[in-house]
Amino acid sequence: MTDEAIENDQSREPTGQERARTVRDAFGVGCAVGLSGFAFGVTAVANGLSVPQTCALSLLVFTGASQFALVGALAGGGNPFTAAAGAFFLGVRNCFYGLRLSTLLRLPGRVRPLAAHWVIDETAVVALAQPGRRLARLGFAVTGLTLYLGWNLTTLLGALGAGSLGDPGAWGLDAAGPAVFLALLAPMLRTGTERATAALAVVLALGCLPLLPSGVPVLVAALAAPLVLAVPAGRPAAGEAAR
Amino acid sequence: MTVWTAIGVTAAGCYLVKLLGLSVPAAALERPVVRRLAALLPVALLAALTALQTVDDGGTPVLDARAAGVGAAVAALVLRAPFLVVVAVAVAVTAGGRAVGG
Repeated sequence: MTDEAIENDQSREPTGQERARTVRDAFGVGCAVGLSGFAFGVTAVANGLSVPQTCALSLLVFTGASQFALVGALAGGGNPFTAAAGAFFLGVRNCFYGLRLSTLLRLPGRVRPLAAHWVIDETAVVALAQPGRRLARLGFAVTGLTLYLGWNLTTLLGALGAGSLGDPGAWGLDAAGPAVFLALLAPMLRTGTERATAALAVVLALGCLPLLPSGVPVLVAALAAPLVLAVPAGRPAAGEAAR
Repeated sequence: MTVWTAIGVTAAGCYLVKLLGLSVPAAALERPVVRRLAALLPVALLAALTALQTVDDGGTPVLDARAAGVGAAVAALVLRAPFLVVVAVAVAVTAGGRAVGG
């Protein structure tokens, strides 16, 4: 009884049903995104990277948008540091996921360097959607593991199969990336503030696309977040009043 | 060698920012502005990435079968389709569009 009481006091023990639902969601996200690793493998090799280089990116960088950005920039004949800078700036958002996850997961110090490698869009979204720390940890771990294995395995398969597949565009694989981002974004658009931020970010990104080098428009679009926050409280207040 | 340099720099940089976020003391999040910004930044970045990867063709925006595929993904999301279905619909519609329209 005491053990149970202590457990419940710290953080309610999730039921088997809740755990199963978390594992199912996490596994589904992990599999879906893992599959787009195939698109990455094909794209990277089609853009002139070797199979070991392609696999090294998925194993060591493990953040899809940065990997796609790096491959695109290298294919464009970019300097390695400029190419890496674009990819790095795309990866900076993981820092903010980490900020939110650190308070949610409260990981012990020795686990942190390992867990850090898995701090990406999908693991953050799944973990943040869970009610309570235990389910968040479970969701983070299952998504991270499924995704890491799936992403690297499908990257290898895509890289090896690139030659026989021909044009990846013919298979529609270039739509996998944006569809993944969209599916991650959709549950975040809860209030007017989020929707305004998303809309402004799209306008900024597309407006800058023809003007700035690859990788920079997305950084400009990130300014949508502070800009929307800086707008005087009139907007949320109006929303409150309408309710 | 150039490619390996870019891979090494990207891998190191991306790992360090992940670790930094996870290691910053919780007190940094106590300020409401930081908390709201941390919540809104992914929204801005994901929206921008979705838009860019839907229409970007080497620096110029184009609307092609890929945009139709992402449009179909929006419809799937509105219908509350699961994650895997949303991505599969986008890929299938894009491939179908290219097969028909070239």
